[in-house]
Amino acid sequence: MNFAFSDDSRLLRDQARRFLAERCPASLVRAALDAAPPQAAALWREMAGLGWLGVGLPEAHGGAGLGAEALCVLAEELGRALAPVPFLSGRCLAAEAIAQCGSPAQQAAWLPRLAAGEATAAFALAEGAGDPSPGAIRARLRNGRIDGTKLPVADGMNADIAVIAAQDADGPVLALVDLAGPGVERQPMAMIDPSLPHANVTCRAAPAERLPGAAGWNAIAALLDRAAVPAAFAALGGASAALEMAVAYAKERHAFGRAIGSFQAIKHKLADVYVAVELARSNAWYACWALERDAGALPLAAATAKVSADAAFFQAAKENIQTHGGIGFTWDADPHLFYRRAMLLAHALGGPRFWKERMMAALETANAA
Amino acid sequence: MDFDDTPDEAAFRAEARAFLDANRPRKDRARAAPRYGEVDAAELARAKAWQARKAAAGFAGITWPREWGGRGGSPMQQIIWNQEEAGYDVPYDVFLIGLGMCIPTLMAYAGRPVLERYVRPALRGEEIWCQLFSEPAAGSDVAGLCTRAERNGEDWVVNGQKVWTSGAHFCDFGLLLARSDPAVPKHAGLTAFWIDMKAPGVEVRPIHQMSGGSHFNEVFFTDLRLADRQRLGAPGQGWKVALTTLMNERLAVGEPRRPDIHDLIALARAVAIDGRPAIADPAVRLKIAEWWADSAGLAYTRFRTMTALSRGQTPGPENAIAKVVNAARLQAIAAYGMDLLGQAGAIADPALAPMAGLFQDGLLAAPGQRIAGGTDEILRNIIAERVLGLPAEPRVDKDMPFNRHAPAR
Ligand SMILES: Cc1cc2nc3c(=O)[nH]c(=O)nc-3n(C[C@H](O)[C@H](O)[C@H](O)COP(=O)(O)OP(=O)(O)OC[C@H]3O[C@@H](n4cnc5c(N)ncnc54)[C@H](O)[C@@H]3O)c2cc1C
Repeated sequence: MNFAFSDDSRLLRDQARRFLAERCPASLVRAALDAAPPQAAALWREMAGLGWLGVGLPEAHGGAGLGAEALCVLAEELGRALAPVPFLSGRCLAAEAIAQCGSPAQQAAWLPRLAAGEATAAFALAEGAGDPSPGAIRARLRNGRIDGTKLPVADGMNADIAVIAAQDADGPVLALVDLAGPGVERQPMAMIDPSLPHANVTCRAAPAERLPGAAGWNAIAALLDRAAVPAAFAALGGASAALEMAVAYAKERHAFGRAIGSFQAIKHKLADVYVAVELARSNAWYACWALERDAGALPLAAATAKVSADAAFFQAAKENIQTHGGIGFTWDADPHLFYRRAMLLAHALGGPRFWKERMMAALETANAA
Repeated sequence: MDFDDTPDEAAFRAEARAFLDANRPRKDRARAAPRYGEVDAAELARAKAWQARKAAAGFAGITWPREWGGRGGSPMQQIIWNQEEAGYDVPYDVFLIGLGMCIPTLMAYAGRPVLERYVRPALRGEEIWCQLFSEPAAGSDVAGLCTRAERNGEDWVVNGQKVWTSGAHFCDFGLLLARSDPAVPKHAGLTAFWIDMKAPGVEVRPIHQMSGGSHFNEVFFTDLRLADRQRLGAPGQGWKVALTTLMNERLAVGEPRRPDIHDLIALARAVAIDGRPAIADPAVRLKIAEWWADSAGLAYTRFRTMTALSRGQTPGPENAIAKVVNAARLQAIAAYGMDLLGQAGAIADPALAPMAGLFQDGLLAAPGQRIAGGTDEILRNIIAERVLGLPAEPRVDKDMPFNRHAPAR
């Protein structure tokens, strides 16, 4: 039994935490609520320099040669710091789609540049309301051109290319589109967490190139499962940080002649958050193992981790605000940054309902086997 | 990351499984689980026979020193044993408190002659021990107990009452916490003893539980005479002894009580809503998904504990987490299972209720789970104070002589 991260992963975690404490303070996240600050772009470039954007990608294409553990460790630390960078959309969805489903030529063209931070990619599946499903994809791919509207698209304003889901004659597929090219129109849109900007992307006969490995809904669903694992780690990181913030404040703030953390209403609330966070941590670790080792276990493990971590993050974030009282409701205090991010993450790949249903479907498959 | 046993662990697991295969049938989840806490003479005899057989084969007291009949094994081996034994149909474990808490306390505080006399018979299941801590006026606040132990020449004389003593009606010996000095603050005036439950001056009266059985008892002491060699630790050091007992709660939390998430899934497959299996109903699916996430989280948390143990580290607060989650979830799952049964939900007749009334039984047992061994509230205090480091509550009675703040007792 060795259910723990390797020494290498722990070193990476320490390095990432120190680096982000310096380069990504809460002030940077708050600045990103108004407009992407130059430091956020600088942070992304530095992450590329550290090899973080290539983690888990093939070494032949500029990857860092590290596996799922490293990817999850980074996602958790970026989540802790609420880093205003498109790691989930760029690395875990778009680059992952190219790595998993792209042709050798597409991989050679894009992965080295994405890993080096010379280009960024977005991933466009959603088209407004509705759970991820084959029927919810109405964009069409015909004769190498896409028509349709995608929203919300994370990093859609800034990204150079997008991996876009569309229907071709055989069903759902993924295709690469040059966002600066002809037939693409992008509009920024307000999100619950503005520190990660999103766009409304409309394609009118935009030239597109299919990813040959992504044929059918199952390939897209498999990508969602893979991305759900680092997404769960990002939520776990945010949840842990929100709990720590609440605990620190509960020790320092006094009311009625004593620290508010000595009142049981606060204590028990935070004990419950702690329990939720630790269960989410265990589920996330198991999903990390499944991502690295066991494709058969991944769908159930990924959905369980995602549901658990998103719920824990929201619980930690809302009770952090409550623990802070009035100051917690202000723009200038940090608690709302967690609250916003928790809800953004919980809807980034389909909402909690979708992942619970996905968990049940996987559970029934596992039980039938 | 891996979930593989080391070669040593795998060898031990194989040995445990071979012994279990040779001696017990596999557990059949579809069969009725034993009713909670109901231990009649026949079940007691079965439990004793099974314990004797385990002890003879070296599977009792796995972490205890060989000197006292144990295996001299690791906590990891104990967990592996627990995992394996859970897959078999074995009698209700009436030795948990005695072997898990009382005898380890004896090992820490009693002299050699006492250990030579009592440890092996306990391990072989011949003598059963109980824990005599809680009193009518002292449960969560057990240091506020009133049972008096007074010096009388070389001996001690005990008067007072204990309550909620699990198994006292079939136990042979007990671990007693009593007040030896009421003139000092409450934690400083306690002394611990071991006692013979059959001695004159000990009277056991079973209590009828809300779940139907009588598993716990009132225990009255009237001029119970104890020799000084029955004292554990110095006079006035009883709180320290009690903490040893409470720390020795079973290392691994066992399987969650039933009905668990698997039982709920089985039920949701078996019953229909609007002509379709309940498991096809979206609302039911959402509920099951949420409890599945918790159940999986607890199971994997146990793997984290095992990893810490296998590295020789002390496990963290996982047991408190497991207890808080399991007890409340047992209650929630039981109630939800009844909801799935609709108008038949409240039928408790094992011949009529699905799964022999498992859900109705579980509902009635659940409140006890949320209280025994530390209430939900006390466990949250423990997590908040010892894990998160939040400040303790002010305690008005802490430094005051016990007899000046206990008028109500
Ligand atoms: C099935 C069962 C088996 C048991 N077996 C044994 C046994 O073998 N030996 C033994 O010694 N005892 C045993 N007990 C007793 C058990 O340890 C106590 O019942 C338990 O510690 C609670 O004490 P109490 O019943 O006096 O409740 P109280 O302490 O009076 O608690 C009443 C309520 O007040 C709350 N409360 C109390 N203090 C606080 C606080 N500081 N903060 C917040 N809330 C608080 C409690 O959580 C509870 O909700 C058993 C109990 C049960 C139910």
